[in-house]
Amino acid sequence: MKKMVIKKWVDKGTPWVWLNAGAIAISIIMVVGLLGLIAVKGLSHFWPKPIFTAVYQADDKPYQLIGELVETEAVDHQRLVDLGVKVPPGFDEVQRHLVKTGNREVYGTDFRWVLGYGLIDMSYPAELVLLERTEWGNFYGYLVEVRESGKPINSDSSQWSVLVERLQRAQELQQKIDYIEKDEIGVINYEVERLRLKTRSLELKGQLTADRVAEISLQRAQLDEDYEVLQARLNELYIQIRRDSVYMEAMDGSRHDIALVNVVRTSKPNSLNFSGKVSYYLEHLHEFVFADPREANTEGGVFPAIFGTVMMVMLMSVMVTPFGVVAAIYLREYAKQGTLTRIIRIAVNNLAGVPSIVYGVFGLGFFVYFLGGSIDELFYPESSPAPVFGTPGLLWASLTLALLTLPVVIVATEEGLARIPRSLREGSLALGATKAETLWRVVLPMASPAMMTGLILAIARAAGEVAPLMLVGVVKLAPSLPIDGNFPYVHLERKFMHLGFHIYDVGFQSPNVEAARPLVYATALLLVIVIASLNLTAVMLRNRLRERYKALEN
Amino acid sequence: MSDITVAPENLKSRPGIALGELTKQQSICIDTDEITMQVKNLNLFYGDKQALKDVSLSIAKNRVTAFIGPSGCGKSTLLRCFNRMNDLIDTCHIEGEILRDNKNIFDRDVDVTDLRRRVGMVFQKPNPFPKSIYENVAYGLRLQGVKKRRDLDERVVWALKSAAIWEEVKDRLQDSALALSGGQQQRLVIARAVAVQPEVLLLDEPASALDPNSTLKIEELINSLKEKYTIVIVTHNMQQAARVSDYTAFMNLGDLVEFGDTNTIFTNPKEKQTEAYITGRYG
Repeated sequence: MKKMVIKKWVDKGTPWVWLNAGAIAISIIMVVGLLGLIAVKGLSHFWPKPIFTAVYQADDKPYQLIGELVETEAVDHQRLVDLGVKVPPGFDEVQRHLVKTGNREVYGTDFRWVLGYGLIDMSYPAELVLLERTEWGNFYGYLVEVRESGKPINSDSSQWSVLVERLQRAQELQQKIDYIEKDEIGVINYEVERLRLKTRSLELKGQLTADRVAEISLQRAQLDEDYEVLQARLNELYIQIRRDSVYMEAMDGSRHDIALVNVVRTSKPNSLNFSGKVSYYLEHLHEFVFADPREANTEGGVFPAIFGTVMMVMLMSVMVTPFGVVAAIYLREYAKQGTLTRIIRIAVNNLAGVPSIVYGVFGLGFFVYFLGGSIDELFYPESSPAPVFGTPGLLWASLTLALLTLPVVIVATEEGLARIPRSLREGSLALGATKAETLWRVVLPMASPAMMTGLILAIARAAGEVAPLMLVGVVKLAPSLPIDGNFPYVHLERKFMHLGFHIYDVGFQSPNVEAARPLVYATALLLVIVIASLNLTAVMLRNRLRERYKALEN
Repeated sequence: MSDITVAPENLKSRPGIALGELTKQQSICIDTDEITMQVKNLNLFYGDKQALKDVSLSIAKNRVTAFIGPSGCGKSTLLRCFNRMNDLIDTCHIEGEILRDNKNIFDRDVDVTDLRRRVGMVFQKPNPFPKSIYENVAYGLRLQGVKKRRDLDERVVWALKSAAIWEEVKDRLQDSALALSGGQQQRLVIARAVAVQPEVLLLDEPASALDPNSTLKIEELINSLKEKYTIVIVTHNMQQAARVSDYTAFMNLGDLVEFGDTNTIFTNPKEKQTEAYITGRYG
């Protein structure tokens, strides 16, 4: 009787339904879990954490501790003893806390492990101040006074409001300095370099006459003069910006004079109300997305990496789409279908399976050394021995990835072309259209959604690729973006930063891995968002095209 | 015969048409009608398989010629020879000739696109392009280099009127052609073919995918179009052939079995095969 019931249950196919539904459920849980983990870990990094102070007495000598609690773990007692930590007997497990104490120039490290039972008198004083600095990491401590030219400022308002005010002044000055250094002096340096190259090129051609030398040195002198003026202004600004400093007391009672020029931001996390915390959060999030990195990439933002990733993917798309589409058209429409085309098709499909690092090696050997080297020899003899194109850069990285994603575009386009009904082609031909006219006016527009599908797959693959890029153009820190105000404005030969490589670099190559770990999650989340939005744009474009050429569906 | 209804006006014999000897190797001579295209000893092979066997016949100007026969008899293949649509099939090989203005259309120096413009074609399944109604009709005109908006408008309207679909679409010329019903699409496709002003219109089972009402409209359209165009129609519907055509060719297994004026073929067929097919005992 029971057997019958089970047999009926099996015959109805219920187990299959459960199996399939289960597989889907697991997939969804995994995807949601993955995104959830990086989202929570990455986004919570920017939320202000309270700074505590406590007396720590587990070591030989009790001392005052100030810092942020980063994480807590339970450690086996015996393990700690084995590690040589002095732990009083009587515990099975010991709570251990990782505390970010900052003040790297004072203690040598940013983090320290403390044992939970050793912390007493823990409190969160509202006046504790956090300084985010351009070097040596965060500073935690009490504000003693704000100084102008080494002398305390007497003011009616509190030292804190004086600090905020002076910091704003310093930052305004810093902006001016940045503008002069990066833009104005950058332009002069660029011009000087161009003059040098011009001289060298004339020299190589044997046309360096006395007239020209004079002319060039005149221009040179003019640039030097401009530079002197700017330098003088810079020096003045530097004197002004170095005027103010803040005098801080650290947790061990030592006092430190910190120049405001080195301070990026200041806050009192313990005294922030909710809206204050929100604005702190948004400010840090904004910095993360739109600012340049600081301190070996472990602080600040990732804007150059976002820019590099997006620009590389776009360049790749611009190169791979026409190339792949043209190849697919030939293969499907013009080539005689036979053994040879079949072999070519198999070869193209297999290209998609070649490990990406192999493309990296090819890109380095062919694009960078051969193509780039030849371009340098032909067009840039004057800058030798410094390479212009004969070195890894954005152009070669995009080309390498275009090659990597070419099979995807070819296959998708071919499938799209094959799906165009024969009757439509015949309809066009019967009206007196040539084959080319039929292709351009009927077939290709209708196959455009398929091309977009190819492009979407290509973007998805290329944007996440890191391995080949390390060989053909990605660097840890690029001094300038591939686009700037100097002619010819787009510098494809430059090296660039990439979010994927940034994750690897920050997470595993940085001197301060503990501090950088939350940034790994945040950067990973950002990479996912960038890829998703690039893809969504393409998907929306494709849907519009599909809407227009719905005929294919029947 | 009894199951076939033939419209009486199509049955009345036309004076001035005399039928010559009716054998399958010989074309009939149509004394008074002007000949537009003439098929001479046409053999067509798909690879090793012969699909048309020594076919000879003439297409009379401003008349409707129907090809009938069982499935796979080669009637569509023959139709597709007139505008060289078979060129698209790699394995297809043709011997013999089709004359148009005393010129073999299979000659090397014939411009195929020009031929196809002069010999328009409408297919079994409506195949409008995924463009607007207007653009569908303007397609062939644009191919010919008509660019001026006014000229285009004029000829598109004229073509739509000729295909008896103007009244139904005049308010939505910019809508997608794919939103039209099957019968409307087929008339749109005819308008598209008519727009380039061909001399001959080839219709490959134009009503087979349509409902009776749309079929009736297409047949009325054929009747009105023959004033200006020479029409060749393939149909597997014998009533339709009887209703719309002036001449009928019956084909079987690649042979042209019998060709003559429709009246004679349907009332007094010479060949036994023809009679068997027409009376429904065969095919």
